[in-house]
Amino acid sequence: MSYGSTIKVPFGPQHPALKEPEHFLFKIDGDIIVNVKPRIGYNHRGIEKAFERRTYIQNIYLAERICGICSDAHTTCYVQAIEDLLGVEAPPRARYIRVIVAELERIHSHSLWLGIAAHEIGFDTLFMHLWRDREAVMDILELISGNRVHYAMNTIGGVRRDIVSETIPKVIGSLDFLEKRTKYYMKVLRSEPTVLKRTVDIGVLKPEDAVELCAVGPTLRASGVKNDVRRDDPYAAYDEIPFNIVTDDGCDVFSRILVRCGEILESINMIRYALDHMPSGMLRVRVPMVVKPGEAVSRVEAPRGELIHYVKSNGSTRPERYKVRSPTLANIPALCKMLIGQHVADIPIILAGIDPCFACMDRLVFVDVKTNKKKALDFESFRKIVRKRHELL
Amino acid sequence: MAIIVEAIKHLFKRPATLRYPFEKEAPPKGFRGRPIWDMHRCVGCGLCSRMCPSGAIEMIGRGHEARIKHYVDRCLFCGQCSESCPRNAIRLMNDFEHASYSRDSMIYEYKRES
Ligand code: SF4
Ligand code: SF4
Repeated sequence: MSYGSTIKVPFGPQHPALKEPEHFLFKIDGDIIVNVKPRIGYNHRGIEKAFERRTYIQNIYLAERICGICSDAHTTCYVQAIEDLLGVEAPPRARYIRVIVAELERIHSHSLWLGIAAHEIGFDTLFMHLWRDREAVMDILELISGNRVHYAMNTIGGVRRDIVSETIPKVIGSLDFLEKRTKYYMKVLRSEPTVLKRTVDIGVLKPEDAVELCAVGPTLRASGVKNDVRRDDPYAAYDEIPFNIVTDDGCDVFSRILVRCGEILESINMIRYALDHMPSGMLRVRVPMVVKPGEAVSRVEAPRGELIHYVKSNGSTRPERYKVRSPTLANIPALCKMLIGQHVADIPIILAGIDPCFACMDRLVFVDVKTNKKKALDFESFRKIVRKRHELL
Repeated sequence: MAIIVEAIKHLFKRPATLRYPFEKEAPPKGFRGRPIWDMHRCVGCGLCSRMCPSGAIEMIGRGHEARIKHYVDRCLFCGQCSESCPRNAIRLMNDFEHASYSRDSMIYEYKRES
């Protein structure tokens, strides 16, 4: 199999989570995709091995760096697994703070995704407006945690920082702004012909396929399946905070947009509730450095779906084995299903539709089934096909 | 169509971005920047160096004689060192502009002055 040249996606010079390479081999008949073969692993960083060489405290910061966008989801999942092994529980206030940071992160991740989706369908005005407004949530995350991206809020046995009363009015103000903007964007998305033409009935994933292929997160919920770790296996303070699981029956990319918009609004309400009902008290319990032998599994609903961490301890200060199953991996089989029967020009938005931590068009090879010829396309010629099909040129 | 009205309105507004590096926004209170050591408080226990997840702290010697070398190019600005220090000798500063052409200029040394 010969692969073509690497395709570079010119997307923002320094951003924390963009440009993850991933390979897809498409078999096409004319303009229609008949088969997809994913090949993953281009981004292997040896993180699981690195876990075994660091102490439990040091690993919090390593877990945080698995992903720049869901950094809080990974640390929450990690500290929960270790707390499980140690048999300790975070104090109530810490559990509320974990929910607040997790939901802020969901807002920022979903707005980031909406921007990317807008960009993929060639709607850059919307992309820029969305990303400008996303700064509001980044600013409150920085205000609360001291960093825009790596919040470092979680620690084994609780959280490291409090949400002090002076910051709460600022947080509420930003939430009001974000709510107004999200409602406005929902109106835009529902009425803009550019969006509707490019996303309605594109990348359809039927509910039975979604369940069978083990899709997770908004991808699954956009196929009408009510499934959410926050409700099914509540962690942190999710059992005390009322919220709705947003689903949509469209099963296409447009539904995925609507589900994520709906989740932003839900998250805003959850944060408001959590800020109002946050109990006072301790932030953390002291834990020993040495963890007794055992195994633990922890699950978290990351912005992209269910995240699973597994840890095995041998009674020392370092884990013996660590395993991470991120939501993007779970969505790859479903993604391949969605792509079959679609036009080549719709590949970017369908790939982006699962929010793959931005793993897409790095290397694309097309095989024409009639001639069995392979051709690799660079980004510009790919763009041209996309534009031509949608008559934008 | 709704977005066109919005886009036109923004033609008459201030840009959303700052003209960095000519304009700068100060980081908020509690920002996790570069850690600095107050060697009058440090007892040279070495805990900060052992806890650091990225090996950014080197301890030379022990006790009051200890010298601390901080490699900013390795630092994650997590603040674990300042949290672990039993003597509260480490404080996180507000600065965030550490880029440099040479790694040598990213090493900060701290020593107790008698
Ligand atoms: S802030 Fe974190 S990475 Fe930097 S020196 Fe301290 S412990 Fe090490
Ligand atoms: S932990 Fe604090 S007291 Fe101990 S060596 Fe580091 S700075 Fe000094």
